[in-house]
Amino acid sequence: MDLNTLWFCLIAVLYIGFFILEGFDFGVGMLLPFLAKKDVQRRVVINAIGPHWDGNEVWLLTAGGATFAAFPQWYATMFSGFYLPFFLLLVALILRGVAFEFRSKDENPAWRRLWDGCIFAGSLVAALLLGVAFANLVRGVPIDAQMQYVGGFFNLLNPYALLGGITTIMVFLLHGAIFLSMKTSGDVEARAKALAQKLWLPTVIACLVLLIATYLSTDFVARLGINPGVIPLTGIAAILLLGYFLRKGRYGWSFVMTCLTILSALITMFLYLYPRVMISSLNPAWSLTIYNAASSELTLRTMSIVALIFVPIVLAYQAWSYWIFRKRIEEKPGSLTY
Amino acid sequence: MEGLTLARLQFAITTVYHFFFVPLTLGLSIIVAIMETLYVRSGQEVYKRMTKFWGKLFLINFAMGVVTGIVQEFQFGMNWSEYSRYVGDIFGAPLAIEALLAFFLESTFLGIWIFGWERLSKGLHATVMWLVAIGSNVSALWILIANSFMQEPVGFRIENGRAVLTDFFAVVLNPNIWYQFPHVFSSGLVTASFFILGISAYHILRKNEPEFFRRSFQIAAIFATVFTILLVLNGHSQAQHMVRSQPMKMAAAEALWETESPASFSLFTIGDMRNRKDVWAIRVPRLLSLLAYNQLEGTVKGMNDLQAEYEALYGPGDYIPPAIIPYWSFRIMVGAGFLLVALAIYALFLVMGEMIEKRTLFIRILPWAIALPYLANTTGWLLTEVGRFPWVVYGLVKLENGVSPNVTPAMLWISLLGYILIYGALIVATVYLLQKYAKAGPQATDAGSSINIDEPLPVAVKPQE
Repeated sequence: MDLNTLWFCLIAVLYIGFFILEGFDFGVGMLLPFLAKKDVQRRVVINAIGPHWDGNEVWLLTAGGATFAAFPQWYATMFSGFYLPFFLLLVALILRGVAFEFRSKDENPAWRRLWDGCIFAGSLVAALLLGVAFANLVRGVPIDAQMQYVGGFFNLLNPYALLGGITTIMVFLLHGAIFLSMKTSGDVEARAKALAQKLWLPTVIACLVLLIATYLSTDFVARLGINPGVIPLTGIAAILLLGYFLRKGRYGWSFVMTCLTILSALITMFLYLYPRVMISSLNPAWSLTIYNAASSELTLRTMSIVALIFVPIVLAYQAWSYWIFRKRIEEKPGSLTY
Repeated sequence: MEGLTLARLQFAITTVYHFFFVPLTLGLSIIVAIMETLYVRSGQEVYKRMTKFWGKLFLINFAMGVVTGIVQEFQFGMNWSEYSRYVGDIFGAPLAIEALLAFFLESTFLGIWIFGWERLSKGLHATVMWLVAIGSNVSALWILIANSFMQEPVGFRIENGRAVLTDFFAVVLNPNIWYQFPHVFSSGLVTASFFILGISAYHILRKNEPEFFRRSFQIAAIFATVFTILLVLNGHSQAQHMVRSQPMKMAAAEALWETESPASFSLFTIGDMRNRKDVWAIRVPRLLSLLAYNQLEGTVKGMNDLQAEYEALYGPGDYIPPAIIPYWSFRIMVGAGFLLVALAIYALFLVMGEMIEKRTLFIRILPWAIALPYLANTTGWLLTEVGRFPWVVYGLVKLENGVSPNVTPAMLWISLLGYILIYGALIVATVYLLQKYAKAGPQATDAGSSINIDEPLPVAVKPQE
C-alpha cells in the first residue's frame, strides 16, 4: 500500500469515526424536543451526550485537517466548492456547541427554549448538510480542468443529494434513539425505545431508496459489480438484523447494528470513490484523485508517523471516557451537570 | 467591495473574535489546574470552591473558543483555496497535528472534567484538568507553527508552482516560533490573571467572601507579575527579530519612511500614506536603534527604501502595509503592556504588605483593567497580520493570489453578514453569563451542578450587591 492509499484510508477512518460517534449525538440533539417533556428530562437527554459531544466533533475537525495536510487540492476544491452548505454547517455547529454549554446556566425558560431550539436545529441541519455533501461526493460535481468547482449553490441541492441528506437524518435519529435507550432511564428511556421501534422501518426504506438511486445515478455497478461484495452486504444484513434485535429489546446489540450499518455504508462509499476523492461530473479525467490532489511524499510520510502514534492514543482515551460514563443517566436533578 | 477585500475582512473579524476567547482559555486552564492541585495537596475546601468558581467561568469562555475555532479551520479552504493549494503541503500538517494532538486531548478531557467530579478520584480529576491545560496550550503551539510559516517561510522549495516540504523540523523549529509562542503563552496567563484580579477586586470591595477572593487575588497577582514582565521582555526580543525577518512590518509599525542610522523612535506621527511621508511627527533620536539592537547605533530601514528593494526583488507592486494600523496597534499594545506591568507589580506589592483591602481606589480600578489584556491581544494580532501586507506568506504568496477564485462576492457577503450576526448575538449571551456568574460569586457554583427549573431553585443565582 502506498502512502497516498494509506492516507485515503486514514481519512476514511476519521470520517467513519465521526459519523458513528457524532451520528448518535446529532440524533440525540434532533430527538430532544420529542423525548423530553419536562426540563429535567431535557437535561437527562443532553447529559447523556454531555461528556462526549465535543470529543466526537473533533473527529470532523481532524478529518478536515488531515484532508488539508494529505490532500490539499481535495481540501481546497471541496471547501471552496461546497461554500454555502459548509457555511450553514458551521453556523449549525457553532449554535449547537454553544447551546450545550449555555442552556442550563440560566433559569429563564425562554433562555432554555432558545438554546434547546439551537441544539435541535443545529443537529438537524448539520446531519442534513453532511449527508448532502457526502452524496455529492458520490454523485460527482462539476469540476473543471483546473480542479475548480464551477457548479454554484443549487447544483449541490440535487434530488440525489437531498435524498442522501434525509437518509443521514433518518439513520442518525435511529442511532440516537438506540443510544438513549441504553443511556437513560424512566420516561425518557421508555419513549426512546418506543421511538426506535417506530423509526426502524422508515429508516430501512430511506436506505433502500438511496441504494437504488445510487445504482441508477452513478456508475456504481460498473465499478463494484452487481454483487457488491461482503462489506455492503454486511451493511444490509446489519440493518435488517437491527429490526430483529429491536423487537427482542436488545438495545446493546441494536447499537452495534447501527454502528455496523454506518461503518459498512461509509466503507462502501470510500471503496467506490477510490482512488478518486472528488469526481468531476464534467470529465472523468478532471476528477481529483489520491495522486493528483496529494501532498509530497515527505509530508505524507511525516504525517503517517504522527498519525500512527497518536490515533491509537486518542482511541484509547476516548474509549476510557465512554467507560467512565457508562452508567445510565437518572432523572435526579442533583446528579445532572448540564 | 471586491472578493479579496471581503475575504480579508472576514478573516480579520473571525480571527480577532476567535482570539477574544483563546487567551483566557490558555491561561485560565493552567490557573484552574493549579487551584485544583492545591486542593488535592492541601485538602482545603476553599481551593475546591476556587476550582469550581473559576472553572465555571472558564467553561463559558471555552465553549466560545471552540466553536469559533472551527470556522478558522474551514476558512482556509473556503475563502483562501488558492493559498491552501499553494502551501497545503506545509501548512496543512500543523493544522492536522493540532487537531490530533491537542483538540482531541482538550475536548475529551474537558468532558471528563465537567462530568467527572463524582466519578474520579481527586488526584485523577486534577490530572484531567492538567491534560485540558496542556491540550489547549499545545493547540496554540501548533497553530502558531502554522502562522510562523506565513510570517517567515522555511523548510520548503518551490516545485511545479507549489511550495513543497523539504524539512519538517525546520518548519516546526521556525525561528519565529521561539518568539511568538512564549509571547502568546504569556499573554494567556496575563489575560487570565487580570481576569481573576478584576473579579476578585470587585468582590473584595464589597466584602463578599473575603478569604476566597483574597486567595484568588494572591495567586493571580503572582502570575500577573511574572508573566507581564516576561511578556514585555519577550515582546522586545520579538520586535528585534522582526527588524531582521520582516523589516517592512517594523518600518510600518514605526512610521519610518526613510532609512535612518541611527534610527529615531516615533512618539506621535500623522502620516500621509499617498505621498509616503510624515505630515507631522515627534521623534526621539536614536531610540529605535536602541530598541532594535540594544545600542545607540544601527540602521533601521524605512518603508520607501524597502519598497524600492522589494520592487527590485519581487517586481512592481505596492509593498507598504496600511501603516496606520500597525503603527497604532503597536503603540496601543505596548502601552497596555507597560500599564499591565505597573498594575501587576502594585497588586503584588499589596499582597505582600497584606493591604489589598485598604487601597480602595486601586481595587475600584482593577475590574476595568480586565479589558487591557484584550486590547493588547487584539492589537498585537492586528500588527502581526496587517503588517504582513501584501503577503499571505511573506515574500512568497500575495494576498490576491491566495483567495478562492470560484467564491463570488455575494457568497462572501452572505457568510460575512452571517458571522457578524451570530457572533454579535453570541457575545451578548457570553458576556451576560460571564458577568452573572462572576458577580454571583462562589455560592452559585458551590452546589456543583447547574440550575433546575422544574422545582424551586436549590441555590439562587443572584448578584451579591
